[in-house]
Amino acid sequence: MASLPSSSAAPAVARLAAAAAADRDAEAEAEAYERAHVHGVYQAIAPHFSATRHKPWPAVASFLHAQPPRSIGLDVGCGNGKYLGVNPAVVMLGSDRSAALVALARSRLGRPGDAGVQDATKTQGEVMTADATSGGAAISDVLVADGLSLPFRDGAVDFAICVAVIHHMSTRARRQDAIRQLLRCVKTREVASGHVLVYVWALEQGASRRGWDEGGEQDLLVPWVLKSQTPRAQKKGTRGQKTNNDDVSVATTGGESSASTAPMVLAGEAAGTTTGGAVSDPVFQRYYHLYRKGELEEDVLAAGGVVITSGYERDNWWVVAANPS
Amino acid sequence: MKVLTLNFLSCAVKTCKSSSDSFPLHPKEAELAKDDVEINPQLLVNVLPRIDWAALRTTSTELGFPTLPDQPPTAEELEADEKMLQELHTLLMEMQIVEGKLVCGHCGHEYAIREGIANFLLPSHLV
Ligand SMILES: [Zn+2]
Repeated sequence: MASLPSSSAAPAVARLAAAAAADRDAEAEAEAYERAHVHGVYQAIAPHFSATRHKPWPAVASFLHAQPPRSIGLDVGCGNGKYLGVNPAVVMLGSDRSAALVALARSRLGRPGDAGVQDATKTQGEVMTADATSGGAAISDVLVADGLSLPFRDGAVDFAICVAVIHHMSTRARRQDAIRQLLRCVKTREVASGHVLVYVWALEQGASRRGWDEGGEQDLLVPWVLKSQTPRAQKKGTRGQKTNNDDVSVATTGGESSASTAPMVLAGEAAGTTTGGAVSDPVFQRYYHLYRKGELEEDVLAAGGVVITSGYERDNWWVVAANPS
Repeated sequence: MKVLTLNFLSCAVKTCKSSSDSFPLHPKEAELAKDDVEINPQLLVNVLPRIDWAALRTTSTELGFPTLPDQPPTAEELEADEKMLQELHTLLMEMQIVEGKLVCGHCGHEYAIREGIANFLLPSHLV
């Protein structure tokens, strides 16, 4: 796991100097890059990240509620499991690259035998316990897996969601392959293929304060600041590894314009280096590919899928895709 | 990880997907625990068509459970057969592998299960 230097004086957004290399030779580099700028980061910020992730996106919630009771679905990149119980009538199989987040997700499922493990991040009004009449949530499950090497068998499930995941993949080929993997899991023998919902950050964020919009740089490093307020937490926070900081941390992500950025190379250990500060909160640089309008639909087609419907919701693009019939 | 979940999993290695030996994965040194889940016949009946029955038979035997019939019960048969309902409910929905390994019959790779969570991340030479 990468351990990025801590600093409070990190550039708000660091631009990547070169366009992301999409060729196969770059695959290993892309992997190493994502290990440093996605996987390592989430592993380190898991509890903090989890504490800031409560509300399901409306488009995702309505997709889940539209699924028939007792159908079975995947949540690839389930994070802390906030979508696993949104529709307690369906069975969800969640997977995530981060073992730390999967452990949190499992605790939210409230498995007997995990007594005492309580997650403070449970959202109000969220139904996690078994619904007596439908009960799909009672048999939901989670595991650790990479979105590009999913362990699910072909056509295993009725539907899949993949929320805020593929924008962390650093080449277009990998993002398309991730969609291909999702489509593979809903490829059924029946006439109609299951639906896949993919949700990504948009380049067009004119209404937000982040300052990103049409025509801007699409490949970015976005800082996550583990803001601690107790001396103890600060000392322990030098490597960014925290155990329980729900009560002492405040998230600050993104937030400023890309004007103050330093050029960065795509691969390499130094990519996330920040200037040193005296007493500082750990800063983690997460890689994002911001999707421009229409790009997500293009990726679905390139992955061999068809677009059922698509839309924009508060700084995000989403698409519902399926296998061609 | 529930036995039900195991029925949806094959080896994560791409080149194994086309081999019938990569499914189901074989439990090894499995330590089981039983959840208390309220029996829900409707849920079982609905999940049944999604189950690969032959794979479930293999898993059931490998975990030391009674041998399942050759063919899956129809929805009507299942609803009428309380013993079968209870057995399938326990096997699929209550039994969990909490520690152990899952082994691919094609490439031999072993996936660890710890504290009820299976880990399918691959070493770089298998990606
Ligand atoms: Zn294999």
